[in-house]
Amino acid sequence: MSSARQDIQRPELERELVDSGAIGDVERPLGIGERVLHNETFQRFVILLVLLVIWEAYARWLNNSLLFPSFTETVKTFWHDLQNGILINRTITSLRTLALGYACGLALAAVFTTFAVASNIGTRILSTFTAMFNPLPAIALLPLALIWFGLGTPSLVFVIIHSVLWAVALNTLIGFRGVPETLRMSGRNVGLKGARYVGLILIPAAFPSILAGLKIGWAFAWRTLVAAELVFGVSARSGGIGWYIFEARNDLDTPTVFSGLLTVILIGLVVESVIFRAIENRTVNLWGMQR
Amino acid sequence: MLLEVNGVTLQYKTPRHLVTATYQVDFNVYQGDRYVILGPSGCGKSTLLKAVGGFMEPVEGSIRIRGRKVEAPGPDRMMVFQEFEQLMPWKTVYQNVVFPMKVTRKFGRAEAGDRANAAIEKVKLTQFRDVYPHMLSGGMKMRVAIARAMALEPDILLMDEPFAALDALTRRTMQQELLSLWDQLRFTVLFVTHSIEEAILVGSRILVLSPHPGRVRAELDSATFNFSNIDTGEFGAMSKRIHALLFGDTRASA
Repeated sequence: MSSARQDIQRPELERELVDSGAIGDVERPLGIGERVLHNETFQRFVILLVLLVIWEAYARWLNNSLLFPSFTETVKTFWHDLQNGILINRTITSLRTLALGYACGLALAAVFTTFAVASNIGTRILSTFTAMFNPLPAIALLPLALIWFGLGTPSLVFVIIHSVLWAVALNTLIGFRGVPETLRMSGRNVGLKGARYVGLILIPAAFPSILAGLKIGWAFAWRTLVAAELVFGVSARSGGIGWYIFEARNDLDTPTVFSGLLTVILIGLVVESVIFRAIENRTVNLWGMQR
Repeated sequence: MLLEVNGVTLQYKTPRHLVTATYQVDFNVYQGDRYVILGPSGCGKSTLLKAVGGFMEPVEGSIRIRGRKVEAPGPDRMMVFQEFEQLMPWKTVYQNVVFPMKVTRKFGRAEAGDRANAAIEKVKLTQFRDVYPHMLSGGMKMRVAIARAMALEPDILLMDEPFAALDALTRRTMQQELLSLWDQLRFTVLFVTHSIEEAILVGSRILVLSPHPGRVRAELDSATFNFSNIDTGEFGAMSKRIHALLFGDTRASA
């Protein structure tokens, strides 16, 4: 037991409010400097800048453009190939295949998850499939795909679908399972059933998780595509960005290899911080479902 | 008679047990009632409300609304839950309120919009009309949920401990607001609570349930009690009476 309450007489008090004018407005906007400093884009930009300076300094010190070309050299090659159209052509070829594979993967994932939410056995099937195939690297399926579909786009699309499908399906299913019971009930309360229930309640409610799946799926797909092009781009007529890298490596043209890698990174950054960021800002961030 | 509950026994399964929530419960709710189901935890009051909502089927007995048997959830019985998650975070206050009217097509487009705006005004949230739920306080979210349910003009409003997750001050305000809304609109509400005081204040009729499993202990009239006589002896006596019915002694309750 703690000690008994001390019986000291204390006077009550009531006072006039102190004038709080001296501290200024209760809520006031931050200064421009403060806002810029805390801006995520600005912070990213600073990190990138530091990395580039380190890169440039190390390359100049090494002074061997066969092993490690400098940033300026890479940018020069990048700019050159951008202007003569090679890089753009290669990128478009890659992105077209990617879009096809990604779209097919999403469509299949939608079919699988619809099946999975509809019944218990569907859930079991999907979770078994994802457990089996998710850890299987898509690139390991490439030899098989080449036998089945031959050299060319169909094989690439096949491995991209494999890399997108399981990640998206798994995340969507997890998202659906995490929808709060109260929200489900308030949806059913107004008489929603079947596809309308999934579309109007489950999908938006699970959107943070679905979006995470889309992002992972995109990264897997892009990675898989570039890797696959490196393996058999040799005999494809119009190669993609992986083929561009592969060609340059054969010529021991390291600055071009670097410029190819730079393209891969840039596209990744654009998709992540422009497209997905825009989707996030308009959805989960706006709705306060993600911080 | 609006709602007839006849000899309803409710059971649900947990992974290990079959739980009997209520046993042969009867009660009738009339138009314009503020009917409160009161009981300690474990008396199956929330389960009973879910059954009226159509989310579970009685193993015995029947639930009828306007003479029709309750078989599935429907917009004629709008539920207001205790949890704040009942609002759709991807919709603004206005969109949340208008959503059930849109989905059920009970009202035309323009009328639904007008009704939503009117309901939002009634719960004093007009200036938050285009705000997303995550920016609202708990009490405001609850007001949106109530506005959403009332705008649809259901036969009966089902409220499952709607104010239990609110702080004491907000809770008191919300009880007052609910009563003043009822004064204006005279809707029928079935209200579940575990607070004796809330039951007497909010309810016009109180069904007292005893726990394990939930059985009817009493049905009392409390239409005369409100915020103006909360300090009187009669209010205290009523409170003691209910306490005695629930716990078998006459100690004063909180």
